[in-house]
Amino acid sequence: MVKREVVGAHYGLREWLAQRITAVVMAIYTLLLVLVFVRVPVVDFWHWQALWKLPVMRYATVLFLLSVYYHAWIGLRDIFMDYIKDPGLRLALYVIVISALVCYTVWSVQILWSL
Amino acid sequence: MTKPRPKHLNLFQIRLPLPGVISIMHRVFGATLFLVIPLLLYAMQLSLESPQSFDGLKSVMAHPLVKLVILGLVWAYLHHFCAGIRYLALDLDYGTELGPARASAKAVVAVSVALTLLIGMWLW
Repeated sequence: MVKREVVGAHYGLREWLAQRITAVVMAIYTLLLVLVFVRVPVVDFWHWQALWKLPVMRYATVLFLLSVYYHAWIGLRDIFMDYIKDPGLRLALYVIVISALVCYTVWSVQILWSL
Repeated sequence: MTKPRPKHLNLFQIRLPLPGVISIMHRVFGATLFLVIPLLLYAMQLSLESPQSFDGLKSVMAHPLVKLVILGLVWAYLHHFCAGIRYLALDLDYGTELGPARASAKAVVAVSVALTLLIGMWLW
């Protein structure tokens, strides 16, 4: 009988797969962003702001950041599962990380759409 | 089970092979990158808020110590990037033999360090 815990691994393929899909999204975004910076010269603030106002930049960046946050969650969860043995402490750390990532998500959207 | 085992779990005596070293670096840098997310978001916000905050951020980033930290983070990102691509390849069953796996671990170090140095030269 496998001992199942609330904060144990969910014995699933989902997170494993999500970790890889988000990685691919981030890698593609990174390469495209490098291309953008090589092609589009950022001379001053106004150029810089105009670049990030473009809808394609906004949506691509939000997609990238959501991938970062989901990817970070799975990675940290793996680290906690490996090193934090106490279920209560592990759960507390999960709550802290998830809360931070939810706040980062709102903050990210705010940064990009308040221009 | 009278034999004392395991024999070597002293972290300072374990000699990890290169693929093991880049694996633990992948983990450490991943955690580091998570910890600096709020800093990066704040920098992004400052850069986009107003010409004043943009210039303020620029002058902070011109400080040599700040540049060094940025370069460190660039290295962390590039290492995590390169090692991550290696893991994707391993998952797809490319280069899983001992020889190729060791060679690709070397390539991860070489490529990420070379790109970091290149960006460092551009930063200074």
